[in-house]
Amino acid sequence: MVHYLIRRLLFMIVALFIASVIIFAITSVLPGDVAQMILGQNVTPQALHALRQKLGLDKPVYVRYLEWIGSALHGNLGTSLSIPGVRISWLLVTRGENTLFLAFFAGLFLIPTSLGFGIVAGLKEGSWVDNLISSVGLIAISLPEFVSGLLLITLFSVWLRVLPATSSIDLHHNLFSQFPKLVLPILTVSFVIFGYILRMARVSVIEVSRADYIRTAILKGLPRRRVIISHIVHNALLPSITVIAMNMGWMMGGLVVTETVFAFPGLGRLLLFALKQRDIPLLQATILTVGAIYLFLNLLADITYGFLNPQVRYNE
Amino acid sequence: MKAVYMIIRRISKSKIGMIAFVIFISWLIVAIFQPFLRPYSPTAYHIADRFSSPSLQYPFGTDRYGRDVFSRVLAGSTTVFLIASAATSIGLILGTAIGVSAGYFGGSIDELLMRFVDILMSFPDLLFAMLIISMFGPSLFGVVFVIGLVFTPRVARLVRSAALDLRHKGFVEAAQVRGESSFYIMAGEIFPNVLGPLGVEGAVRFGYAIFMSASLGFLGLGVQPPTPDWGLMMSEAKKYLTVAPWMVIFPALAIASIIVSVNILGDIIRQLENGDL
Repeated sequence: MVHYLIRRLLFMIVALFIASVIIFAITSVLPGDVAQMILGQNVTPQALHALRQKLGLDKPVYVRYLEWIGSALHGNLGTSLSIPGVRISWLLVTRGENTLFLAFFAGLFLIPTSLGFGIVAGLKEGSWVDNLISSVGLIAISLPEFVSGLLLITLFSVWLRVLPATSSIDLHHNLFSQFPKLVLPILTVSFVIFGYILRMARVSVIEVSRADYIRTAILKGLPRRRVIISHIVHNALLPSITVIAMNMGWMMGGLVVTETVFAFPGLGRLLLFALKQRDIPLLQATILTVGAIYLFLNLLADITYGFLNPQVRYNE
Repeated sequence: MKAVYMIIRRISKSKIGMIAFVIFISWLIVAIFQPFLRPYSPTAYHIADRFSSPSLQYPFGTDRYGRDVFSRVLAGSTTVFLIASAATSIGLILGTAIGVSAGYFGGSIDELLMRFVDILMSFPDLLFAMLIISMFGPSLFGVVFVIGLVFTPRVARLVRSAALDLRHKGFVEAAQVRGESSFYIMAGEIFPNVLGPLGVEGAVRFGYAIFMSASLGFLGLGVQPPTPDWGLMMSEAKKYLTVAPWMVIFPALAIASIIVSVNILGDIIRQLENGDL
């Protein structure tokens, strides 16, 4: 297990390093560099040249990469270009808090419900309950977040007027009173992943139910409840955990869309903002942060999976 | 052709499958013939009638410039089919090329190609797409290319595992003994045998391509105004939700109906391939 952990940790560090190189390379070939952004279009070549020298943009790419990654490792990500005077690290922390808050509650809501519905549908395969749950699952994976989000807003904010349509939350104020603002974003960001986990859990339950050892357990005379809980559900949960882990990447993308729909002040919207404003330092720092969070969550998922599934450990 | 016949026969056996099939084919027909079906030009302004609610004159209402939402929804279907089929094709072609080479050659080529694929896959899809689009700027071509690129590693994985199984089959070894070139063996012997799983993957990917291109359009990273694109239309409509909810609802129903029907058909095709009917 220790070997497995070390290997996973090393892989994560290598992946993060490669990701940082790719991010830097891609954002460095963007048309118009930082000096051009600061000075605008109507500028003499001399002034541009002078600022480039001052910012170190005339140095070779690999030197600039090393300087960038070096100061990033020291926690210094520089200042934003499009929001003058604001430290990027401050932006990332405040927006990151909000996004993690949203993602946490979404996970808290969607993991138990999707597993629950999926297991029920699988146990009642072919019945009307299964058909209903499966249809919901299929619709859930088919609706992009902005479609379900805007339909929810139309229903709950415009017609029924029971929930707010935007969610500019402030974590450092009374959270309880702000909760209604979070209901629609949580539902929206959960919907697609809810569908995927539900479908996976359903299929796993059906597959496990057909296995020989389940028949043995039933013929042995074990009570139905025990067969379901300790054999079927237990074994069907493993593949679902992989799907949950895979969907974390999905949630990152879903968060960008959901935060845009609800004007939610999170990392996803910050990323889109940086991209549209061509704020290169902010863009680099945000993508790197999101990538690091993603890899870290994947590591956690792998470790959980390793603990639950002895085969992974033996194979290493 | 036999595969197509079997798929259609399987679909015709299920009621939901038939409904999905009819919706999908209707959208395909609309996408091809919409220039003759739509009542107005999708970019024509009717300023006097801006924000009109749905009526006989404007079945889906009008937007803030008085453009007919019905005509724009119809015109948007062409964009959807163009992007999704081009992106899926790119993903399938690149993925097959990488997957077949990795599976057939094995060894260090396999190792190298698969590590490359791992790196591509270690980014969340939409973030990867945003990073690439930030390079080129938003455009129709950018969306197609980026979705194809997101699909490539997944297709490559699938094709590689199929090709690995085939590598030591008798007909491949026979071709090697005959002295055929590696390219001939990969294209003529291995490729035809991975078409089955590839077709299933293509169907699943097609639905996801629509999903992703709509999302990118909504974020303003896809096709640019005034091109009628469902995602883009909804991002413009967001601001007028209280005055003109029809601007959101009709494109939303269009997106939902097409992706749901593609996914239902994809599920059926997958079951057929897996043999569990």
